[in-house]
Amino acid sequence: MSAPPAAPAPPAASTEASSPPVASKSPALKAWATRAPLMPALVFLIVVTQLPFVATLVTSMFDWNSLRPDDRHFTGLSNYSTVLSNAEVRESVVTTAILTAVVVLVSILIGLLLALLLDRTFKGRGIVRTMLIAPFLIVPVAAALLWKHVLYNPEYGLFNGLINAAAGVVGIDDPVQPEWVTDMPLIAVQTALIWQWTPFMMLILLAGLQSRPGELIEAAKLDGASNWQIFRFLTLPHLRRYLELGALLGSIYIVQNFDAVFTITKGGLGTANLPYTIYETFYNAHEYGEASATGVVVVIGSIAIATFALRVVSSLFSEEVSR
Amino acid sequence: MAATLTAPAKSGAKGPVPQLVRQARRRNAALGMAAWILGILFVLPVVWMALTSFHSEPDAATNPPSLTAPLTLDGYREFFGAGGGNSPWPPLTNSMTASVMSTLFVLILAFPAAYALSIRPVKKWTDVLFFFLSTKMLPVVAGLLPIYLFAKETNMLDNIWLLVILYTSMNLPIAVWMMQSFLAEVPVAIIEAAQIDGAKLPTILLRVIAPIAGPGMAATALICFIFSWNEMLFAQVLTGVVAQTAPVFLTSMITSQGLFLAKVCAASLAISLPVLAAGFAAQDKLVQGLSLGAVK
Repeated sequence: MSAPPAAPAPPAASTEASSPPVASKSPALKAWATRAPLMPALVFLIVVTQLPFVATLVTSMFDWNSLRPDDRHFTGLSNYSTVLSNAEVRESVVTTAILTAVVVLVSILIGLLLALLLDRTFKGRGIVRTMLIAPFLIVPVAAALLWKHVLYNPEYGLFNGLINAAAGVVGIDDPVQPEWVTDMPLIAVQTALIWQWTPFMMLILLAGLQSRPGELIEAAKLDGASNWQIFRFLTLPHLRRYLELGALLGSIYIVQNFDAVFTITKGGLGTANLPYTIYETFYNAHEYGEASATGVVVVIGSIAIATFALRVVSSLFSEEVSR
Repeated sequence: MAATLTAPAKSGAKGPVPQLVRQARRRNAALGMAAWILGILFVLPVVWMALTSFHSEPDAATNPPSLTAPLTLDGYREFFGAGGGNSPWPPLTNSMTASVMSTLFVLILAFPAAYALSIRPVKKWTDVLFFFLSTKMLPVVAGLLPIYLFAKETNMLDNIWLLVILYTSMNLPIAVWMMQSFLAEVPVAIIEAAQIDGAKLPTILLRVIAPIAGPGMAATALICFIFSWNEMLFAQVLTGVVAQTAPVFLTSMITSQGLFLAKVCAASLAISLPVLAAGFAAQDKLVQGLSLGAVK
């Protein structure tokens, strides 16, 4: 996205238009009166979300294990070298990247397909839409439990049950019964997450499809453009920013995923992502300093994504405002 | 679209439907069918969960699956404490308290803020708006430790009000963004007209702004509710026996040995029910909330 975090034109309400003329008020006082409604939310947010990060930054420079509380001392950047040379942490960085990329890309692709199918009129469109949203409205932990115990379980899970039933129909006596979670742990976690996040992508892309300029497509059709040409040269460019938005918001949410990893694999079998590793380091290993240093590393990583994400949101936003 | 070229232009002619129309219809039907099949595939795990929740434990754990097993409410009875396990009501009450109270606080804080960012905007209001959003992009887990230590020092561990505060901060940026976009839709002319008629600010808020921005604010509330209800990491780390929320309670049910599928399905469905209700109620606004107001 080339658009800078733009400053769109402010809404037309100007100060003098919306406030009764009070001659005695000084401009400074008036500015504060305008600012006042903003202050509670702003102060609250800074205190609750920004101060902890400052504290994390400070803690990350201390050698601090809660099991040895008297042995707390400043160590500068040594936690960072510990963390960055720790194979487990490096592995979880890679795991996080793979997990996020696969889930985001696959759910965008399926989401696009579903959005294209839903962006037409057919019988029961509302019902299909509702069915497609359902996975997103199951509490994430419940969804993870559902996949782990009800679908993946090798003995009585639905997947192996269906394989067994199908094998029975065609007359195979001893069908394969894979141990889904043990055999393919990362894919198991990814599949569960893709199932939950595809509806999210579909909703965003469907909104994008429905905001397409209809006249333009009609004109293209009259000029004899094929469906593929319309999709390739009109729909896709229009969807580009919606695809980016879906990818970036999806990344932000999935990078932080804790529920699925915690529930399905307990971080085992090479599925520990960064949030889970940090949780482990401080919850079970009590290494406060190292946990904080890992946290700071995660923050630096997400600032990169966040800057990009903010740009995309900003370009969509300025278009909305100027419309 | 080769059909476009081959189809004869027989507009108004009676008799058999032109080939072009027939092909288009067949194609439409096929695509509609594809949508249905995919929709059913996606909802199938949820349907299976619902069905399993009404089966007895032995029937829930058969291979191949028993589709037509007799239905029973045992799973739900078990979940609601008939089997001597922990009652789900304290965690459900905790989740309700955390979600409803934090949503309420979010609305109280976000409404004036959104007002100052749309109807009577402060200088550099877009920068402020983007600051709100940027807080949402920092991973929660990085602030977890200081919050935990702070809670430990102030005896706030295992206290539901700590979660209320944290969920408020978690949802505040989303709510400010959403409400800003709803309030920006209120035409300034109407507000000015009301002022000329001598209406004071409370009257304007209540009689002019609320009716226009009301539905959007209701959707904002529902989305904040859903996010708070679903939250698991904070609840897992910061609560224990007293302030345990429903998602944490759900994972703690799994530790026991023996068959538990029906019970887990019943519990999962029961705990997801408020979210399903809120989500379907806010279906149209869901996408706007999830995209932080960027998509309308």
